[in-house]
Amino acid sequence: MIDNATPLLTVDDLHVRFATRQGLIHAVRGVGFTVGREKLGIVGESGSGKSMTGRAILRLVPPPGSVTARRIDFSGTDLLGASERDMRQIRGKRISMVMQDPKFSLNPVMTIGRQIAEAYRANSGAPKAQARRRALEMLAAVRIRDPERVYGAYPHELSGGMGQRAMIAMMLIRDPDLLIADEPTSALDVTVQMQVLAIIDDLVAQRGMGLIFISHDLNLVASFCDRVLIMYAGRIVETCRAADLHNAQHPYTRGLLESLPRIDRPATELAVLRRDASWSLDTAEPRP
Amino acid sequence: MIDVTGLSVVFGQGAAAVHALRGIAFRVAEGESYGLVGESGSGKSTVLRVLSGLLMNWSGEVVIAGRPQVPRRSRAFHKLVQMVFQDPYGSLHPRHTVDRTLAEPVAIHRLGDVDRRIAVALTDVGLDLSFRFRYPHQLSGGQRQRVAIARALILEPRILLLDEPTSALDVSVQAEILNLLMRLRRERNLTFLLVSHNLAVVAHMCDRLSVMREGVIVEELTAATLRAQEPTHPYSRQLFRASTGYDRAAVDRLEAVA
Repeated sequence: MIDNATPLLTVDDLHVRFATRQGLIHAVRGVGFTVGREKLGIVGESGSGKSMTGRAILRLVPPPGSVTARRIDFSGTDLLGASERDMRQIRGKRISMVMQDPKFSLNPVMTIGRQIAEAYRANSGAPKAQARRRALEMLAAVRIRDPERVYGAYPHELSGGMGQRAMIAMMLIRDPDLLIADEPTSALDVTVQMQVLAIIDDLVAQRGMGLIFISHDLNLVASFCDRVLIMYAGRIVETCRAADLHNAQHPYTRGLLESLPRIDRPATELAVLRRDASWSLDTAEPRP
Repeated sequence: MIDVTGLSVVFGQGAAAVHALRGIAFRVAEGESYGLVGESGSGKSTVLRVLSGLLMNWSGEVVIAGRPQVPRRSRAFHKLVQMVFQDPYGSLHPRHTVDRTLAEPVAIHRLGDVDRRIAVALTDVGLDLSFRFRYPHQLSGGQRQRVAIARALILEPRILLLDEPTSALDVSVQAEILNLLMRLRRERNLTFLLVSHNLAVVAHMCDRLSVMREGVIVEELTAATLRAQEPTHPYSRQLFRASTGYDRAAVDRLEAVA
């Protein structure tokens, strides 16, 4: 039964700080949002804190980073207070994360099939034969034409697109309630990118999964997601429906949109974003 | 300015041979900006590597500024043709200051007058002189790419080969770098050969462009026709649609083509 009313994940006043020799770096500064069974996009430039937000939810911020929040609630579980043991049950099984580059997130000395089967067997304790069958089914579900071959292949024997599909298969085999995808397609060619997105899109629609889609690509997020958060300097500066992104109000969002070259609108000079110091100081609540 | 006919590149031998380029041809006039678009493995970067002299084993005809080229290039050639690479995090020596990076080409070509040339090159790319004695790790991605452009321009070349010059940068920084390149081209009547996977960037920068796939040019277009209508070749049409954003229905059609 899909329940659309109660949010899957609630994040309130999230802060991520890094104590470095150069002083305290405040990477995420009071971010709050909810995710239901929908596709939520988080857009921002490098250093805006979008990836750290994704990692903080799974408590994967590396030291010396510290995460504080008023509340991080995942369908009734307090993720801030949960023990490491509980977190291991949640990671992968209930919340999965797909990283940017399959080259660095797959184990290079283990076949694809073994890695996927291992992910399946990790807490389910299913017999090996069943795990193998499920892994092959999953590879077919992410539209890999020859699952048997890919099952026995090592990561370096696959193209980037294939590797990323294998990663997605591994994340989805546990049937998570929430998928956090951090730039899942930016290392891929546009046509492959579209195919991978279609797979995620179908899974969200069919399984009622929630998706947090972290990206720097405004056009992609506008066309793919349901709702978008725009981050700048560790804060959410604007929240809007993805379809309305092109009518965004905040000068930062407008500036980003205008700095994109467009095929249908030739220009001798592209608009250059002028940053305003007040954007990062601005404590005004983002409009819902 | 650049005239390429029947250019082929094969890597490896026998059954393992990979045909990176299969007899491609195109011409770029002086002062023109020409684009090559394609996905990874299409051979677009290989074209630049052949033209710049980084790749030696090719066959076909390459004429640059009226001179037929052989695999090994002269020093004069490198003064004429310079290249800007994709990743400014990898293309600048991490332990050389900006000053040393820029002084090296001047020394190699024995141009002399290093101080003035470095100052002019930095100013041209919009960096003030305080950047001169900094290391790459003290610069942002956009500033590094400006240094890479300054290094190419310090020899006053007439042709600039650009290999994905902005794909490692944020969109707001991309706009600054593209504007800079356009201004430099106007001021110096440079000839550009730009390689990118981003159709919008190429359409913005170039007058004419070729769409490449698997070592072949599938279609040559002008930026004006691209704006007016969809391309005719099914593969270029696919790229064109993919560049406008995600569309579930288009993905199904795309699979039918592939």
